[in-house]
Amino acid sequence: MNELWFDIMGAIVTVIVAFVVGITYMGLSRKITARVQNRKGPPFYQNFIDALKLASKTSAIHHGFMQHVGPAFMMITSIMSVLIIPVLRGNAWFVNLNFHGDLIFILYIMVFGPLGMALGAGQTGNPNSAIGVTRGLSQMVGFEIPWVMALVALMMQYHTTSIVDLMNVQIQSGMWLMFSSPFAFIAAVMAMLGMFRYSPFDIVGAPQELASGPMSENGGKYLFTLMSSGSIFAFAKLTLYVDLFMGGAGNLVELVIKTFALYLIPMLYGVTSPRYRTEQSIRWFWGWPTFFGFLAIIYAVVF
Amino acid sequence: MINDKNSQKIVDFISNWARKHSIWVLGYGTGCGAIEIPPTMTSRYDAERLGIRGAATPRQADVLLITGYLTTKTLKRVIRVYEQMQDPKYVVGFGSCTINGGMYYDSYNTINVLDKYLPVDVYINGCMPRPEAVLSGFGKLQQLIGEGKANGATKYKENLEWYRANQKKVIPNWVMPEYNW
Repeated sequence: MNELWFDIMGAIVTVIVAFVVGITYMGLSRKITARVQNRKGPPFYQNFIDALKLASKTSAIHHGFMQHVGPAFMMITSIMSVLIIPVLRGNAWFVNLNFHGDLIFILYIMVFGPLGMALGAGQTGNPNSAIGVTRGLSQMVGFEIPWVMALVALMMQYHTTSIVDLMNVQIQSGMWLMFSSPFAFIAAVMAMLGMFRYSPFDIVGAPQELASGPMSENGGKYLFTLMSSGSIFAFAKLTLYVDLFMGGAGNLVELVIKTFALYLIPMLYGVTSPRYRTEQSIRWFWGWPTFFGFLAIIYAVVF
Repeated sequence: MINDKNSQKIVDFISNWARKHSIWVLGYGTGCGAIEIPPTMTSRYDAERLGIRGAATPRQADVLLITGYLTTKTLKRVIRVYEQMQDPKYVVGFGSCTINGGMYYDSYNTINVLDKYLPVDVYINGCMPRPEAVLSGFGKLQQLIGEGKANGATKYKENLEWYRANQKKVIPNWVMPEYNW
């Protein structure tokens, strides 16, 4: 009984840490974008204020059942993935739900939320939402291919589908997977650019073009749910990358440093790039990233 | 305890503080004043440092910024946009045209006083107001929100018949969905 309470508390702490870290990263990205554009920029805690304001707004919008459930799907996906991914190496607090085979489960759960959101956005009847959804799903077809190839290469090379096992491999060999299977890392990082949806791959939200896309009918508390689930999901993805390719983290400070270093890649690439069109984006993902995915699989088979 | 008067006061204080420092603006830029918004938002004056940023849709916005004159045709769209926004919401009248008609005071198809049709919280006068004036107007709005005095939306709900009568007077073909908040 005591252990159960311990697990539940650990899960709650994980979600809170993910929320705080993720939303701080988003605030920092706004600040860094502003500095790149030679502005002063909002304070790094601006997103906390935005979240608080959105939570305190009323939401009198009704388009149907799925419209209310769509943001909840996103939230469920984010919390599920952050609980499945091991946050720290061998820490009693962050054991959560990871099991053998969680890498395959992660592949499935990561597309579950966007699909639920797509149903919800479809029911609002807003044309911007519908265009945003089709774009988002097309782009997902684009970046999932190199991403799955990278993961399959790792699974083949080390004969495991467990994230914890992959972390143990890195500890035993004393070498991060980003060096011992570099092509998988390159393919995965290129896929990450699409996952984070910063420009040039911000074709889903597409400010000034689609009016924030799938979430254009969501205001107030719905937008708060989407925003917090987005930040939790960002943390989950970054932690997954750190676990897989950078040997995991021994404590939270190390985790924050490593995840932020990774987060800078899509963010700085986004600040300096204009937006792709949908077909350009998909062509990009099916070009070099898929090539590196193939190389990773060949590397895994040969070595 | 939750419905206690003092705890409500604390909640109001915190949420007003958040609302004041995070203003998402829906710029209704059909008037000429819209040209002053880009310099306000970009590097020179950088409104984002005060928490002011653009919102994509009426559902997400807090402030409806009416930049300049409104013809009777656009007024209909503005009313519809305003009624889609979520509470608490504010209207900022921008430029002389929203105050008394400005240089279009005797035009046959523009409205003169915006306050008769929508509850304006803050006016920014000038033709055109410079970005400094715009920021000062938003500063005034922030002050009102912090004090809990920016209650145009409540006024609109309470005096809906009066506003509707005024609106229907200038819009002859009134085909609009009925909203009930």
